[in-house]
Amino acid sequence: MEEKPNYSYISQLSGGDKDFEEQLLDVVRLELPQEIENYKNHLKTDNFMRAGDDVHKIKHKISILGLEKSYQVAIDHEDSLREGIVNDDLYQRFEEILNAMTTFIQKA
Amino acid sequence: MQCIIVDDEAAARTILKKLATNNENLEVQAEFSNAIQAIKHLNQNEVELIFLDIHMPDFNGFDFIQTIKNPPKIILSTSDRNFAIEAFEYDCIVDYLVKPIVQERFDKAIKKALNFSPSEISEATPSEKVEANPKDSGNDLYVNIDRRLIKIDIPTIYLIEARGDYILIKTSGKNYTVHSTMKKIEDKLPDSLFLKIHRSFIINVDKIIDIEDNSVLIEKDVIPVSRSNRPELMKRLNLL
Repeated sequence: MEEKPNYSYISQLSGGDKDFEEQLLDVVRLELPQEIENYKNHLKTDNFMRAGDDVHKIKHKISILGLEKSYQVAIDHEDSLREGIVNDDLYQRFEEILNAMTTFIQKA
Repeated sequence: MQCIIVDDEAAARTILKKLATNNENLEVQAEFSNAIQAIKHLNQNEVELIFLDIHMPDFNGFDFIQTIKNPPKIILSTSDRNFAIEAFEYDCIVDYLVKPIVQERFDKAIKKALNFSPSEISEATPSEKVEANPKDSGNDLYVNIDRRLIKIDIPTIYLIEARGDYILIKTSGKNYTVHSTMKKIEDKLPDSLFLKIHRSFIINVDKIIDIEDNSVLIEKDVIPVSRSNRPELMKRLNLL
């Protein structure tokens, strides 16, 4: 993965309000693992339409964590899933994004 | 302006609340994770502006707008640019914010909302400027996929299937997954050709191959016919 999760968007949004930054990160820490779990469960059961919905939700978290290039990977993966296709390359790249985000929020 | 936030994602609500707090013209009255709760609130409170997510499970933003009788001003927020065209079919929609939303763009939307005259808001139905009478608009149907409006020749459609927030349109050449509802597409198709035979299926009657018990064979798909729709289907057949 070329880019790393970062605080650029959160900092821009907060304008230095540290309490808000922590509040938003708490919400992401709470929501993201559940969204990832839903996505994986829907993939397991071949419910690609719902998996696409999950990617759609995760997509917002990707942008919150400043991953601009990864956002396009998520868009392509979501579109592909909605067509009922699991593209191996997009799947792998999306997995890397999820791993990077998970590591980042655990350390943040 | 008294506003509410309707978004199933907590992170999105947190961000919108922050952006609203930073804008002196707004006061956040309440926030909701689903449309049903928001409708209850609207029935009991005066709300001037709604921040509305389009992509919500079961009951999406457009379903929500069509449910409200006298909608206040609405600013849509979504991670998807695909709905922009549909969004502006509604007179009550002031602006369309694509996530991640930044303060500058948010403030611009609020400025638009402040200058938006209440008289501009009419009914919560798609504007006639976009499509006069869809059923009379010929043989073509335009669907929004991947930011493109794709033309589908209506007589080539043999089946429409409900898939959650989406519909699957099957034609003799290609299938299309579109973010829409059965009700919306039903309104756009000629009654002479199409019939709803089940709450999740609309078929092109001309494409039926055979009918057996409570199912219809259409191209290679076997489709269930619900008991309540069966009489209408039988009426449409040229029975010997």
